[in-house]
Amino acid sequence: MSFEVALPILIPLLTGALCVMFWRYNAIQRALSLVGSFALLATSIWLMISVYNDGHVVMYMGNWEAPFGITLVADMLSAIMVVLTGMMAVAIAIYSLSSASPSHERFGYYPLMHLLLAGVAGSFLTGDIFNLYVWFEVMLIASFALLILGGERAQMEGAVKYVTLNLLSSAIFLSAIGLLYGLVGTLNMADIAVKLGEAENAGLIDVIAVMFLIAFGIKAAAFPLFFWLPASYHTGPVAVSALFAGLLTKVGVYALFRVFTLIFNQNVDFTHEILLWMAGFTMLTGVLGAAAQFEFRRILSFHIVSQIGYMILGLALFTPLALIGGVFYIMHHIIVKTNLFLISGITHRLLGTYDLKKLGGIYKSRPFLSILFLIPALSLAGVPPLSGFFAKFIIIRAGVEADAWVITGIALLVGLLTLYSMIKIWAEVFWKKLPKGQDDTALVEGKTSASTVVLYIPVVLLAVCTLFIGLNGQPIYEFAEYSAAQLLNPQGYIDAVLGGAQ
Amino acid sequence: MMKPGTIILYTAARFLVPLQLLFSVFLLLRGHNEPGGGFIAGLVAAGAFTLYLFTFGSAVTRDLMRVDPRNLIGIGLFIGMLSVFPAVFQGQAFLTAQWWPIMLPGGTEIKLSTPLIFDIGVYLTVVGATMTMIIALTEAEER
Repeated sequence: MSFEVALPILIPLLTGALCVMFWRYNAIQRALSLVGSFALLATSIWLMISVYNDGHVVMYMGNWEAPFGITLVADMLSAIMVVLTGMMAVAIAIYSLSSASPSHERFGYYPLMHLLLAGVAGSFLTGDIFNLYVWFEVMLIASFALLILGGERAQMEGAVKYVTLNLLSSAIFLSAIGLLYGLVGTLNMADIAVKLGEAENAGLIDVIAVMFLIAFGIKAAAFPLFFWLPASYHTGPVAVSALFAGLLTKVGVYALFRVFTLIFNQNVDFTHEILLWMAGFTMLTGVLGAAAQFEFRRILSFHIVSQIGYMILGLALFTPLALIGGVFYIMHHIIVKTNLFLISGITHRLLGTYDLKKLGGIYKSRPFLSILFLIPALSLAGVPPLSGFFAKFIIIRAGVEADAWVITGIALLVGLLTLYSMIKIWAEVFWKKLPKGQDDTALVEGKTSASTVVLYIPVVLLAVCTLFIGLNGQPIYEFAEYSAAQLLNPQGYIDAVLGGAQ
Repeated sequence: MMKPGTIILYTAARFLVPLQLLFSVFLLLRGHNEPGGGFIAGLVAAGAFTLYLFTFGSAVTRDLMRVDPRNLIGIGLFIGMLSVFPAVFQGQAFLTAQWWPIMLPGGTEIKLSTPLIFDIGVYLTVVGATMTMIIALTEAEER
């Protein structure tokens, strides 16, 4: 029995349940959360090893065989995403030891965090389209509660936009599932792929495909319905925004990758052309939005949007190299973006604000932190030899090979504008003198206390990961290559799930 | 403090609350193959406690429940999670239902099973969550 494919869902659920049991005791909750996160990382690596050896790992929940029961399936893409989830869980669990306020902890910070992780891992591992919807909802509910912890006015305002658009997306998603079920009479994704190959109503399939595209596009914060993201991500507690920034939108991207390689691959000229334009506009609007912002976390939020465009571009070009680039980009992006949010939390700890105009002078007194910022920031902009360079390089090369000149040009331009944004943060937060009238006692006098050191641990670890991907990209590239090969050959997935039943 | 209930409510509640709680257990146990189950039984039990709360106030209801409803949520979730694992020891996939029939003297058979454990978990979680919300609202009003 391949238990490793279900454990990444069960461990966070169990950790969350135990945290609810001990809701009075913050110390126990913290310890549980830490242990649970490390256990999640360990099982995810176990899953990765099995997938690497066997290709696909499948488990029929409750012993109900596919296509009747709910199947959990892990291919290389799922395994990569789950390992990243485990890494983010560990980073956020360590960071939260110092950043979470005791009142948040009493109001369910840890249970919600682990429920969110369970939702994310569940979305990556399920092989059933309706089950995917359920995990999306689990994730949405947990993230909504996390976002409004503290209950400030700005949080409520952001959360209303967040919830409204995500519910709209869920409604479209659910209707699309309904139509699809009406067409093929099954919910198992592998079975749907087989049945759609035989279905005749090509027009209806295109309509359903576009509905899925819109639903997942909203979840992934792609153009045109992306504005819930920059409106809400900067309002929550910083560890929460870091977790959201790393994982949540990537679940939408993952769903796009899964559905548009496995199920809707009949009419690539039509669906992937839409994806291509979506990717281009997402990149451009995101980066232009960021240029106008002067709030640390808002700039980063807009950059999430623009980076999502690169990942979708990888899917839209739909060549082997482009898919490798897309997967590579996801891996690089999750690590880098989470790290940047965590660093913004440290500067907030030092100076008490996220406003670029009020920040300053950090390089003078905290050169180490400044270097730590430069690593993910330059990586995000795509400066060699950091991870972002290879991610962008693969995608742009794929674009050139596919003769998609306009979109390649946009991708290059957006890279340049990203560099501008990162330089802006560097100049304002780290380089320029601290503006007069700002309280800088914590910055100048405060020795680095033990609780601040805890904040540095995950930042350093993630920066090391970025450097590792950049300097030793070959093994990571091979993982991406493996997953792209599987995505382009869905028959392997179908055979693994349905076995001899078809 | 809440205004004490009328005499009719006061008298009726003392009879209805135990009956309704018993009924909720009945619903919980018959739920696997017939209408009922953990969720609906939990709502019925929460309804009983709420009736008690409207009649006698939140402090007395907390005493009646003995356990803090917030603790019930955690315990319920944990029990629900426990039902996932017994299948593993039989070498089967997670969540595969396990049945342990027990013959009672007199020829009655009781079937214990993992779906029952799961239902009990759901029951406790629903009672806990509903009562946490209602008691919090009542206490916010009383203050």
